[in-house]
Amino acid sequence: MIAKLKGQYGSGIHEASTYLGQNYMIVESAMIPEILQILRDEEQFDYCVDITTMHYPEQEKQFEIVWILYSFARNERIRVKTAIADGEEIPSAVPLWPAANWLEREVYDMFGIRFQGHPDMKRILLPDGWKGHPLRKDYGIIQQDRDWVQINLGIESGQ
Amino acid sequence: MSFYEETTIHKRMDATAGAAGSVKTIDRTSHLELDHHDKTFLDTNELVINMGPQHPATHGVLRVILKLDGEKVLGTECVIGYLHRGVEKIAEHRTYTMFNPYVDRMDYVAAVSNGLGYCEAVEKLLNVQAPPRANYIRVILTELNRLASHMLWLGTHALDIGAITPLFYTFRDREEILKIFEKYCGARLTTHAFRIGGCSYETYDGFEREVVNFVNFVTPKIDEYEELLTTNRIWVERTKGVGPITARECVALGVTGPVLRASGVKWDLRKAQPYAAYSDFDFDIPVGENGDTYDRYLVRMQEMRQSLRIIEQAVGKIPAGPIMAKVPKVIKPAVGEIYHSIEAPKGELGYFIVSDGSTQPYRIRVRPPSFVNLQALDMMVRGQLVADVIAVIGTLDIVLGEVDR
Repeated sequence: MIAKLKGQYGSGIHEASTYLGQNYMIVESAMIPEILQILRDEEQFDYCVDITTMHYPEQEKQFEIVWILYSFARNERIRVKTAIADGEEIPSAVPLWPAANWLEREVYDMFGIRFQGHPDMKRILLPDGWKGHPLRKDYGIIQQDRDWVQINLGIESGQ
Repeated sequence: MSFYEETTIHKRMDATAGAAGSVKTIDRTSHLELDHHDKTFLDTNELVINMGPQHPATHGVLRVILKLDGEKVLGTECVIGYLHRGVEKIAEHRTYTMFNPYVDRMDYVAAVSNGLGYCEAVEKLLNVQAPPRANYIRVILTELNRLASHMLWLGTHALDIGAITPLFYTFRDREEILKIFEKYCGARLTTHAFRIGGCSYETYDGFEREVVNFVNFVTPKIDEYEELLTTNRIWVERTKGVGPITARECVALGVTGPVLRASGVKWDLRKAQPYAAYSDFDFDIPVGENGDTYDRYLVRMQEMRQSLRIIEQAVGKIPAGPIMAKVPKVIKPAVGEIYHSIEAPKGELGYFIVSDGSTQPYRIRVRPPSFVNLQALDMMVRGQLVADVIAVIGTLDIVLGEVDR
């Protein structure tokens, strides 16, 4: 499968390999919609297990987004990864897997990455008016949105 | 003018009249003059009501905004995050060992499963194998925990729908499981039973005997629960055909666990991608047909029996040997990432761990089954009655500690 995809997309797939028995591929961000579509329709990856992100502030493209997919027919998982810069948007996977809805909202909430075409791009775990995205590496572990806490909870600090 | 506005104006007039010192009754005759569309507020087309976050049937701090047409649900929106503690952020500031107890606090009714998933994920990252004895102990405790989780689900789910007795029965029997946990590791709920590389405690004297006794004790009890509910007419009426979801919808929405199996997909990670010692045991995957609340109930009841089957087989042949693999004192996995998932009582519980080669994980992502399953609530209750929302929240078996993390 990987060989076939590589043949089709060539340099769009930066790396396709296996680590500790788990397959992954690193893809150019512009290729993401096409690759995900092919994985779902032609390679039977019908179940979107998870979408998540890592933040590498020292890299030029700070965010690495990961789609973890599973195929019931093949009993196999694959991870698709791509890197994007801060402020860049990435097409939503909701049209492919409705499961992506809340998962993408969580990525937005925690990292501030917006997904194009998402039906309801808003925070999910944190309150709507919150400032900052806690899972970014530059967000301190005891950092809070002080203004929000003071206005909404009526206390000096949540700590 | 609507019913509500009318009354407020009358009240306000009443108040001013009172202040002036005269007693005045509300003049209700004016309602007769309204045109016939506004005569009764039952004509209201849509009503948006708020359920939770403080509500006994939402199983925690879940808030659901319901859009109703009379008793019919037009749509819902879940508002979650009330229990958000930032577990994934905390993980980045702890060592691998230190984070282990935190995972118990996510799905706190199935803490053992959380611990198993986390320990196995880190072991995979370290390329370490837990010894067979540890794996057997893990299987026994995890299956006991599955029973405890399903019992808690059954009791509260039945209570939500109106049957009070099962709650007392299941809590009585769950207590026996918690006693075994307490004897094994000192804790009843947040057990922290496993360590990276195996188990930290040897089984106590008489562990096998107690587990066998428990299996013998609880097998007829499950029949008892079924006697109370399976053919109970009220139960059947309240659950059959309620909150249906098809296999295709389940897969599209990423729904796993008993909900997926009740709609007919024979998929269980213990069989599909066996972990711990599950490949050593004979057990079946119960599946349903209709994907409604009643089928999910039947599937979970069958799962409890299958868990007992696994425990019975495991406890009879716990191998001798060490309970810990050789794991370095300071856990420092090589640079890389791993995704490992297990079949938790609620569905697929996955851990995605990224290591940068230091003693602290660079990133830990928890793929919580409750969070993803809850997404299906809207689809399941649309067009159903408002009372069924309660039944569907119960049948999804969510734990808010895991939804919000």
